Amino acid sequence: MSTRQFGARVQRNEDQRLVTGKGRYVDDIPLTGALHGAFVRSSVAHARITGVDVSRALALPGVVKVYTHADLGALDVQMPLLIPHPCITHGRTQYPLARDEVFHVGQAIAFIVAEDRYIAEDAVSLVEVGYEMLPVEVDFEKAAEPGAPLVHHDVPGNIAAHLVQESGDADAAFAAADHITSIKVRVDRSTAAPMECLATAARWDEVTGELTVWDGTQAPIGLRGALASLFELDEHRVRVIAPDVGGGFGPKIHFPYANEVLVPLASMELRRPVKWIEDRSENFVHMTHERGQIHEIELAATSDGTVLGLRNRFLHDTGAFIPYGIAVAQVAACQIAGPYRIPNVRVEFSCVYTPTVPVTPYRGCGRPQANFAIERAMDQLAEELGIDRFELRRRNFIQPEEFPYTRPNLIFADGLAVTHDSGEYEKALTALTDALDLAAFAKEQREAWAQGRYLGLGVSFYVEGTGLGPYEGGHVRIHPITGKIFVNTGLTTQGQGHETVFAQIVADQLGARVEDIIVVEGDTGVYDWGVATFASRAAVVSGSAIHKAAVLARKQVINAAANMLEADPDDIELADGRAFVVGSGTAGVTLAEVATASNPLRYAFNKAAQSATQFAPAARSDGPSLGEGAHPGIEATDYYSPPHATWAYGVHGAIVEVDPATYGIKIHRYVCVHDCGNMINPMIVEGQIAGGVAQGMGGAFYEKLDYDEDGTLRNASFMDFLIPYATEIPHVEMIHQETPSPLNPLGIKGVGEAGTIPVAQVIVSAIEDALKPLDLPPFRMTPLSPSLIHSHIAESGNRG
Amino acid sequence: MKPSSFRYAVPTTLRAAIDIRAASEDSVVLAGGQSLIPTMNFRLANPEVVIDLRKLDELNYIRVGGGMVRMGAMTRQRVVEEDAEALAANPLIRETLTNVAHPAIRNRGTIGGSLAHADPSAELPTLLTTLRGTLTAQGPSGRRSIPATEFFEFIFTTALEPDELLVEAAVPVLEPGEGWAFTEFARRHGDYAVAGVAATLLVGPDGRISRARLGACGIATVPALLTECEELLTGNAPGDELFAAAGQVARDAVTVSDDSATTKAYRRHVLAGLVERTLKTAMTRVGVPR
Repeated sequence: MSTRQFGARVQRNEDQRLVTGKGRYVDDIPLTGALHGAFVRSSVAHARITGVDVSRALALPGVVKVYTHADLGALDVQMPLLIPHPCITHGRTQYPLARDEVFHVGQAIAFIVAEDRYIAEDAVSLVEVGYEMLPVEVDFEKAAEPGAPLVHHDVPGNIAAHLVQESGDADAAFAAADHITSIKVRVDRSTAAPMECLATAARWDEVTGELTVWDGTQAPIGLRGALASLFELDEHRVRVIAPDVGGGFGPKIHFPYANEVLVPLASMELRRPVKWIEDRSENFVHMTHERGQIHEIELAATSDGTVLGLRNRFLHDTGAFIPYGIAVAQVAACQIAGPYRIPNVRVEFSCVYTPTVPVTPYRGCGRPQANFAIERAMDQLAEELGIDRFELRRRNFIQPEEFPYTRPNLIFADGLAVTHDSGEYEKALTALTDALDLAAFAKEQREAWAQGRYLGLGVSFYVEGTGLGPYEGGHVRIHPITGKIFVNTGLTTQGQGHETVFAQIVADQLGARVEDIIVVEGDTGVYDWGVATFASRAAVVSGSAIHKAAVLARKQVINAAANMLEADPDDIELADGRAFVVGSGTAGVTLAEVATASNPLRYAFNKAAQSATQFAPAARSDGPSLGEGAHPGIEATDYYSPPHATWAYGVHGAIVEVDPATYGIKIHRYVCVHDCGNMINPMIVEGQIAGGVAQGMGGAFYEKLDYDEDGTLRNASFMDFLIPYATEIPHVEMIHQETPSPLNPLGIKGVGEAGTIPVAQVIVSAIEDALKPLDLPPFRMTPLSPSLIHSHIAESGNRG
Repeated sequence: MKPSSFRYAVPTTLRAAIDIRAASEDSVVLAGGQSLIPTMNFRLANPEVVIDLRKLDELNYIRVGGGMVRMGAMTRQRVVEEDAEALAANPLIRETLTNVAHPAIRNRGTIGGSLAHADPSAELPTLLTTLRGTLTAQGPSGRRSIPATEFFEFIFTTALEPDELLVEAAVPVLEPGEGWAFTEFARRHGDYAVAGVAATLLVGPDGRISRARLGACGIATVPALLTECEELLTGNAPGDELFAAAGQVARDAVTVSDDSATTKAYRRHVLAGLVERTLKTAMTRVGVPR
């Protein structure tokens, strides 16, 4: 008997390759004779371009070509607004290369192609761009005020989109309330900072007329579509491959970036492979950003703490363009009520243009901001009503018997009303408070305060709509020669462990070993139906599709084996890479033999093929060897399209100590209770949580992109833009809770973004709790640096 | 992030290195490269000649004698940190070095590289300044000694002449029973600190502080001597109140303005706390046999 692989802590199939330096990233693709690209980027935030002089760059030996927008012909067009929405009244998107105006520092103006990257960078400094400066307002709150300088002259008020959604009757709830609390909070702009920056390589094959593009993208199928469309090539002549990708975290879902147009174009025009590898300096001002939001949130409650209504107005900084639509703002809007029943919710947002790098989703995608807003407000409500903050949350949780719980008219990114499918929120909170031992902590805290030490406990409860549609496909085939199982799906991996978890799903159906299952994704030449990796959806959507395909393949194997063994299909069992008759004590046939025998081929290449002939035929057909409607081999494809998002959730808590001399924070304990439904591989889930928490720590403590008044990014390097080192990340204690999702055959929910979402509120509320003796107003911003804590204390008239 | 093209020289003798330096209009000295190489990759520095000193074995040494710890300019920071003789003679050196970035950086970074770079946020210049150490320069016209208190002139600016190389740094050994400490606060482990403090305390037979030396990094355009603290401490009996008062006195030494991440007021607050904390730690080591 094979043991069940689903749920097991299986070692990752990809790690042998990835941790021994054998991963193949775009820059590792050997392309003989490749040229190298570099971009000339805008050094100013907003200006009319009065001229671009490329003559000195072109004269530099080794420079092959310099592109400006004037060289792009039919490609000199606005890039698509990928996800339209009726509320986007003024959608503006970028051109591959700036035309007569630049809208943010870092915007691509020219593309240089040279014999190597050194020469290309030399040439960049030789291109002279004339600017006629235009006024800028970088602060998105001020940019939304009347009279602010406009980013796009024809977009009044800098407002790209405005949406109001209401579930229930918020004003009525506020009229009926005993108590109303309101708070305004700000989350600063950040960047995902993947270890591998963006990268594109392209080769045009003169003989076949095929364009191959290697790209560090989360959406190869989408990019293939965009390129086929832009270059007017039939889809089968464009192959996009996302090889190993060094982290995605969201920004690599956006396409096409300038490089994704210019690199293929240059390779086609110059008839040579072209490579462009983004460096870190460029990444800061080119790859999309996220997080900048300002929320005003009000809660209407009864005196016993029942929250009747919520009103939320927020501004979302979308940067200079809105190529990905309102996704980030919409996702924030839909998670604003968190795990709480709150029957009346009105949420209104405006997406504001600023002369900065465009904004698209980054791990969490609006959820960290919404979580910070609602949980800050809940803390404040508890304080004002004199109700324990844990008790207040408990009184408002959606209860297990209330699922599915729908918020009518609050429309999520899948176009459907928010519907929490399953969960045990209160049980999760109790698991956390038990783990943190609140009574013992309260004593410890009193003692610490008495000694002049500042010890505090923070908490945040999050929900996360995951596994968005529309669909993914799964393809399973048993190779007829080697007997290995080949599995494909349309989305792609950036290191999450797809090669393992998808193999585990298939292994259970086919009775195969995980290491005999080859998962290949991210290559449109192999499989090209599907969407992309985002929204914590790979396991849910592709996992379910692969499961369904594997179930079909299992039936084929059983039928073929039953024929070969002359037995009843109901008596066939699959285990250890074989099909055999239950209880017969005989070895049966190997999957390779079944696959070989299922393919009526006239040549016997190998032992499996020879031995397959010892058995009865795999297919019973009196006519041709392949009966009507039959297909050769063991092969199945199926699809999964979720009815709506499935809602994961969790609660994190931390005990921290604030050093009053430095306002440095020491995290004594960090506990995470989470529920992502059934876990395919707990070890991989734990890796996702740990990585997410680490990224959340960055958001809580450090990650603030610091634009000056002129729109120059002051901290565009890892010297100045801080991300946490391993030394800054505490041990994360994890408690798993598994409430299956009723929406998919495996009962799973997404977990990729979960760890990141609640961390800022956990840390900020812990610091606030620690500093209670100072009687401070609430903290309303993240990240929270020691200097900001000092200013907050000083401004409140306390000791500084 | 590729450097512009440059000529690369790897002299094997100090004399040759000085000759190349003197003959080059626009040269930089590579002595570990932990700051220079990123600067070149950012194209903030585009030198014509890079003189790599890594083969100058004659500048790679630690010598203890005559009341001094002498370190050749090309001695790797990690080597000094792990040197038993230097530790016995002056344990403040090791405590300071363990605060310099990360081991991987100290494996490459050299004593002279950090000192000649003269970043006022760096720990080694502060160590030399606090202990009134001496730097030795050598140029075509010979060798000369420069007191640390005169060596650092401004951010990234030293008293070295364009044709001179830094060849040695020396600090005095600590007296028997002298207390010492180095403390800093950085937002992340190993980063340049918001502020850092080096201190030594010598207590006389009368129970009063007979000598206090204090210096700080991160607070001014040069490594700062906290002379007002030194004066306040000297002649007084050590104790928590005195150390807290020293912290308050130190606040005014902060001269750097607000930057986007750190206010001046915050830096002053941190410096005060660190001075107090450093003195307390140093005091725990006073009179302890080494």
